[in-house]
Amino acid sequence: MGIITDNLDLWSSTLLGTLVLFVAGGLLALVLGTLVGAMRVSPIPVARAVGTFYVNTIRNTPLTLVFFAFAFALPPLLGLRLTGDVSLTLAICALGIYTATYVAETIRSGINTVPVGQAEAARALGLTFGQVMTLVVLPQAFRSVIPPMMSVFIALLKNTTVAAGFSVVNLGSIRSYLSERGENQFVAILWVMVVFVVLVLLLSWAQRALENRWKVAR
Amino acid sequence: MSSVLYDVPGPRAIARNRILGVITVLVVLAILGFIVWRLWDTGQFSAEKWDAFTYSNVWLQIALATGRTLAAFAVAAVGALALGFALAIGRLSDHPWLRGPIGAVVEVLRAVPVLVFMFLLYYGLPVLGVRMEPFWAVVIALIAYNGSVLAEVIRAGVESLPRGQSEAGYAIGLRKAAVMRLVLLPQAIRAMMPVIIAQLVVTLKDTALGYIITYQELLFYARYIGSQSTYGSPIVPATIVVGAIYIALCLILSFVANRVERRLRRTAKLGKGVAPADDAMTATRAVAVQAGLDDPEPRR
Repeated sequence: MGIITDNLDLWSSTLLGTLVLFVAGGLLALVLGTLVGAMRVSPIPVARAVGTFYVNTIRNTPLTLVFFAFAFALPPLLGLRLTGDVSLTLAICALGIYTATYVAETIRSGINTVPVGQAEAARALGLTFGQVMTLVVLPQAFRSVIPPMMSVFIALLKNTTVAAGFSVVNLGSIRSYLSERGENQFVAILWVMVVFVVLVLLLSWAQRALENRWKVAR
Repeated sequence: MSSVLYDVPGPRAIARNRILGVITVLVVLAILGFIVWRLWDTGQFSAEKWDAFTYSNVWLQIALATGRTLAAFAVAAVGALALGFALAIGRLSDHPWLRGPIGAVVEVLRAVPVLVFMFLLYYGLPVLGVRMEPFWAVVIALIAYNGSVLAEVIRAGVESLPRGQSEAGYAIGLRKAAVMRLVLLPQAIRAMMPVIIAQLVVTLKDTALGYIITYQELLFYARYIGSQSTYGSPIVPATIVVGAIYIALCLILSFVANRVERRLRRTAKLGKGVAPADDAMTATRAVAVQAGLDDPEPRR
């Protein structure tokens, strides 16, 4: 336990770094992913094609490569000077853009689980497009989206560690700071693993709770 | 075309969709234009920046780096499949003393980020006096993570089979191992093949994490060639070249996954008429059906 209690400053700052990456990257992924998901189910062929291209390309790109492009190739293109804040912003963008494809696919498949008859019945009743969406389709889609969306966010939490390779402070990079202070790296990494197992267990517990609460009764 | 979201478009909707389509094209063109302008403005299209890629030695090194990426992937994929089967069978065991611990191991391995596991093997183990090549750190971490994920996939495949399958196996006198090997696993693998290949794509993608622990794969070489000032530090061209190789490799594997899935769906449809897969059909119910007590077709 000494390795934690003696270095509380490091543990808290790195845990904060991981949470910032997780929350900011998650928000960006939600916004971008909802947009792309909407494009993928829209009646506009061009928008569908653009959405499909984005999802297929980024899904087949390693996250490390996305980080690599943002950390090394983008700064010279945009003339950025690499400070801590810039690195953090670039890492959040990389995580958000990568995770957005998974969010988009989750939303698309969620909408596809709603039977067409539901919307047709709503339209037959004379509901407007807005009413069909807000009263009939989206509430049902939302319920079936929640469990897979939580899995996407669990993956995002684990992916934040990749930022450690690109000089962004987070739990993945605590090992190098602790070894500079002469701590045992092996024990340090084991503790990082414990933290991640606990965080992931918390998220999966939330996933199960939400799933039970919003189960689709068909 | 009608979907949950919209009806067959009328004249007004068609006009509106056209306008939205034009706006989409304009936004995409604006983004592409911005990227090309930045590339042009910073001189990424100049011959000097691409000079490095005119040497056959550079391409030879890229080929070798691709080979190292594929080597790590190949070993990790085979290992992950083997570990996946072992863990899945362990988790499906009848003995609680085996099922429990293996279940815990699977859960922990799935919850730990692959990169942290690589750190443990590459930076952590030397403290205990075990030195490890980056190659083995990458491969072992990938095997541990993807093996545990595949174990869950295979287990889900076996548990999704109708109970009558194993009951029929036991009824003709097969033992536990034979039921698993001859009846359950072949069907589970067939049903889960697309997911298994998709997980192999993840394995291929995750070999890129090796860059962070100095495994000399494609990204590592891109960083090296991109920092050579004799070639004008071509980090952007190097990223483009290496990125194209990575994406092409993953797309090929994803394409295989799609083909397999489509093929399975086709043959599954043909087989449906022969053997109706009814989850609710158990031995007791089958007897009841034969005795005319129960209707085999569930009424809706």
